[in-house]
Amino acid sequence: MWLTRPLSERSTLLFLAVLGVVMALVVACNLWLPRGHALHVSTYTVTLLGKYLCYALLAVAVDLVWGYLGILSLGHGAFFALGGYAMGMYLMRQIGDRGVYGDPQLPDFMVFLNWDSLPWYWQGFDMAWFAFLMVLLAPGLLALVFGFLAFRSRVTGVYLSIITQALTFALMLAFFRNEMGFGGNNGLTDFKELMGFDLTAHATRLGLFIASGVALALGYVLCRAIVVSKLGRVCIAVRDAEARTRFLGYRVERYQLFVFMVSAMLAGVAGALYVPQVGIINPSEFSPLFSIEIVVWVALGGRATLFGAVIGALVVNYAKSVFTGVMPEAWLFALGALFVLVTVMLPNGIAGLLRRRRGDAEQVPTSTTTTTEAST
Amino acid sequence: MSFLQSLADRDRVFDFLVPEDSPVDVRHGPILYLEDVTVSFDGFKAINNLNLTIDDGELRCIIGPNGAGKTTMMDIITGKTRPDTGTVWFGSRHNLLQKNEPEIARLGIGRKFQKPTVFEALSVFENLELAMAMDKSLWPTLRARLTSEVRERIDAVLQTIGLADLRARPAGILSHGQKQWLEIGMLLMQRPRLLLVDEPVAGMTEQEMERTAELLTGLAGRHSVVVVEHDMGFVRSIARTVTVLHQGSVLAEGTMDQVANDPKVIEVYLGGEEEAV
Repeated sequence: MWLTRPLSERSTLLFLAVLGVVMALVVACNLWLPRGHALHVSTYTVTLLGKYLCYALLAVAVDLVWGYLGILSLGHGAFFALGGYAMGMYLMRQIGDRGVYGDPQLPDFMVFLNWDSLPWYWQGFDMAWFAFLMVLLAPGLLALVFGFLAFRSRVTGVYLSIITQALTFALMLAFFRNEMGFGGNNGLTDFKELMGFDLTAHATRLGLFIASGVALALGYVLCRAIVVSKLGRVCIAVRDAEARTRFLGYRVERYQLFVFMVSAMLAGVAGALYVPQVGIINPSEFSPLFSIEIVVWVALGGRATLFGAVIGALVVNYAKSVFTGVMPEAWLFALGALFVLVTVMLPNGIAGLLRRRRGDAEQVPTSTTTTTEAST
Repeated sequence: MSFLQSLADRDRVFDFLVPEDSPVDVRHGPILYLEDVTVSFDGFKAINNLNLTIDDGELRCIIGPNGAGKTTMMDIITGKTRPDTGTVWFGSRHNLLQKNEPEIARLGIGRKFQKPTVFEALSVFENLELAMAMDKSLWPTLRARLTSEVRERIDAVLQTIGLADLRARPAGILSHGQKQWLEIGMLLMQRPRLLLVDEPVAGMTEQEMERTAELLTGLAGRHSVVVVEHDMGFVRSIARTVTVLHQGSVLAEGTMDQVANDPKVIEVYLGGEEEAV
C-alpha cells in the first residue's frame, strides 16, 4: 500500500516520535503539574502551540508544491482561509439562538444587515459532516479550477506565483464585502461550541491541540508517501526539467493538478483546525502578506524536506510571538533580517544545516540549468 | 489454405482495424522509408524531394553542411514538422504523417537532442526508472513498485551505457559525456525500434568519443540507429553507410570511402571540412 510506505522509513518514524513525545509532554505538563510549577504549561500556551501546529501543516502543504513540484504558490493562504471559513460557518450555525439577537437561524451579522433568510450557500452547514466535507471540498475545488486553467495553459514560474497572489488578493476583497454573506470585515466570530464541546473549556482546548498534532502527523505521512513514490520522482523531474518530462510521455499538467489539489486540501484542514483555536476567521487570512509569510517559513526551514517546513513554521511563529510581545514594531524587521540571513548563510535552510551536521546526503544540485553547452 | 488465412486476418486488409500500437512490420526490410518529401519555410525549400530508406538494424550516419536539412528531416520523422508533399512510413504499416509526436514516440522512435537534458536532482538509476516504457498515468505511477523486472531492465541498460558504478549518484554530478550516455540510456528504456541521435559527440573528449562509438555500434543490430554528426573522424569510426545531404536532398550515399571520393561531395562539403579536421 503506497500510503504506508513512509512508515518503514527511519526519518518519518523519528519525526512522528518527536512530535508524539513533545505533544505528550505538553499535555502532561498542562494536566498534572500544579499551576505554580515552573514547568506548568498553561492552557493559553497549549492553544498557542495548537495554532503553531496548524501553521506547520500549512507549511508542509506549501513545501509539497514548492519544494517538490517547483510551484511557488504565493496564495496558499486562500486555501487555508477557505477551510477556515467552512469551519467558521459550522461554528456560527452551532451558536443557534445564543447570539446577541437571539435568532435561531440567522447569524448575528445577517440579522444586523436585515437579511430575512439564510443564503443558499449557508444551507447544510449546521451538520458537522457536511461542514467537514466542505473543509476539504472548497479549497480542493478552487485548486482544481484554478490549477486546471493554469497548468493546461502551461503557466509556470514567476507568472504562476503572481496569479496565485492575485487569486488570494481577489478573494480577500470579495470576502470583505458584506453582500457576500461571510460577515464582511469582521468575519465570523463569537463561537460557542464545536460538536457539543464548549470551546472555552480546557478539555476542548487540549482536544483541539491533539487534533492539530494528529492532523499534522497524518498530513506529513501523506506528503511523504507522495514524495517517496514514483510520482514524487516525476514531480522532481517536472520541477527540474518540465519539457523533458513531457517528452518522456508523462502528462505533466495532471501531476501538477493532483499535487496542487492535495496541497490545497491539506491547507484547508489546517485552516479548519486553526479557527476554533483562535476563535475568529476574517478576510485578513486571505491577505497576500500572510501567504508570503508561509513561503518564508518554508524557505527558513529548508525546502523539499517536509520536516524543514515544520521546523520553519514553529521557529518563525515562536519568534513572532516573542517579538510582538516585547517590541511589536520591530517584528517585520526581524523577519526580514532572518530571511536575508538564512538565504545568504543557509541556502538549504535549517534542515540543510541539520543535514550537513549529520554528514550524509551529498549536495544535490536543484537548479534547472545544464551547464555544458554543446558546440557545433 | 494460406489464402484463406490471409482473408481471416482482417486487420491486415483494412487499415483502420490495425491497432494503434501494433508492432512495426519490417518483413519487407526497411524500418524507415521517406519518399519525395518536400518542406518549404516561406518559399525556402528546407527539404527538397528527399528519398531515404533505413533498413532494420542498420547504423546510418547522415552528414551535410549547415542548412542541409538534417534537423528538419529529424523533425519530420518525429512528427514535429509536417511536410508539404511526400510520404513517410515506419515499417510497412505505420504512416507517420498521420500521427502526432507522442504517438510516434510510443510507436518506438526515440530521439536524442543535441543538448543533454537529464534530471539532475535524481540519481542515475531513477532517471532510467522514469524513462522506462510503462503506464505513465497518475494512479499507476503513484502506486508503482520497483519490480524485479524493472530492476533487471535498468541494470541491463546501466551495463550497456557503462554507468553501473554511478547508479546511485545524482545525475547532476555526471560529466558532459556521461550525461549524453545517460540520455541514450533513457532512450533505450523506452524500447525504441529506431533511435535518432543528433550530434552525440559534440563537446566530448577523445576518450569519450571512443566509448560513444562503441556504444552506438553495439546498439545497431538490436535497434536501428540514425546518427547526425559533424565530426568526420567520428563518422569514419562508426559508419557502415553514410548519407550526404545537401540543400534538402540526398547528394551521395555509400561507404565512407566511396562518399569521400565522390567529386560532388568533395566540392560542396567534404573537401573543406576534411582539411579542417
